Formats: sequence, structure tokens, C-alpha cells
Amino acid sequence: MADPMKIRAVSRNNVADVRVLMAHEMETGQRKDSSGNLVPAWYINEVTASLNGKPVMKAHWGPAISKNPYLQFKIKDAKKGDKVSITWVDNKGEKRTDEVTVG
Amino acid sequence: MNHQRRNTLKAASGASLYGALLTIGLLKPGQVSAQTLAEAFKAQGIPATLKALGAADAATSADITIISPDIAENGAVVPVGIRSAIPKTESMALLVEKNPSALAGAYDILEGAEAEVSMRIKMGQSSDVIAVVKADGKFYMARKEIKVTLGGCGG
Repeated sequence: MADPMKIRAVSRNNVADVRVLMAHEMETGQRKDSSGNLVPAWYINEVTASLNGKPVMKAHWGPAISKNPYLQFKIKDAKKGDKVSITWVDNKGEKRTDEVTVG
Repeated sequence: MNHQRRNTLKAASGASLYGALLTIGLLKPGQVSAQTLAEAFKAQGIPATLKALGAADAATSADITIISPDIAENGAVVPVGIRSAIPKTESMALLVEKNPSALAGAYDILEGAEAEVSMRIKMGQSSDVIAVVKADGKFYMARKEIKVTLGGCGG
């Protein structure tokens, strides 16, 4: 099981600023290990963000996103107490969902 | 994985298939289809990637802001943000001209989100980055050069 995400969602003037830090290797598939073998690609390829269960943003990623990906975006009409949940899926089919309350 | 669909995709070019699917109403405009994206992530260079995204005719727009440092010290972690002031922005994508495959990330901006995302990307070397925005069915783009002191694709 992958490590939990760090999510912060702060609402100001009804717009929530959401910052997410995910724990993932984001291996490009182009790097070689010490014995010269290609390290297979392993990266998050989809991230879905929802406000109170309703999807608001979907990210499609390639391996060019940095290791331990950081994502920041803004949700309209999000008040304190609303729930923001983030789900990522990687190219091996592994997934993780975490949820925070907007502060 | 639907094999028949994969084969059809191989037979037709990604872009024209997307057009055909749009015409017969299989795809909702606004959301980029998985097939289109798979092709776009494989494409090399800016023109091929834009074509795969269906954005070959994207017009340069001053309403798109690329938020990034002019010089990035570490190519493995380059902070880049895209902000679109174009009404009805549906999706945004970030392309890096000199990366092995140009497309770094694409974002569907659904109802309820603002047209602004930030991420951290890898850059192999100094390069132009291109933000592509789809708004109200039309494509727009903006370009910015980021100099990288230390490449991020070494091993």
C-alpha cells in the first residue's frame, strides 16, 4: 500500500486552494540501474479530485511529472467543512484515495 | 482492454478517429478521451503532440499564463503552473519541447474547478514549455522558455 497523500485545502472567499503531495517513484522507464538494465516505467497516470463526492478536476500524467508529485489547483464554491477527496491510479493499476476537510 | 478498439486505433490515426467519434456522438467534447491521450503521451516533439491532442491549429493567446521560474536549478523538479483566463476553459495541457515525449500532463477542468493548476515536472534540458488550453471547443496556446542548470533525466 502506498503512503498516504498530504493534502491541504484552505478556503478563502469561497475558493479552496488545494495542495496535494503524493508519495510515488514516478519512474520514467528511461533510466538504467547500476547493472545497466532499464528500470521499467512506473508512474501515476490519473488523478481525480472531488468536492463532496462530485469530480471537479482530472489530471492525466505521463512520466515527466516529478517524483513524489505535487499538485495544486483551485475549487470554486468550496466552504469550510466541505470534503475534498483525491484519488490517484498508477500504470500498474495501484490506487490510493485520501480525503480532507476544507479549512 | 478492448482489443478491437486498440486495433481500430492503430489502423486510423488518433486525431481523425477522435473526430469521427465526436461526430457520431460517442465522446463528450471537453473531456479528452483516453485513447487520444495515450497517443498524445507517446508522441514525440511539439507538432506531433499537438496533432495527437487535436490542437494542431491552436492560436497563441495572451490569456494563458505559464507560472514558472526562468531558470530552474534542478531539472528533476521544475515547478510549473498554468492559468487560463479564457472563458469556458475545458482542459489544459503542458508540453515540454525537448523531453523524450513532449506531453507532461493534461488536466480536465470540470465544472467547479478554476482554470489554474500547478505541478512539478522533469526536464531533461533547457527547453520551451507550451501550455495548451481548450476552451469552448477551440484550442489556444502559450510558450515560455525555462533554462535548466542540471538535467532531470540522468541516471
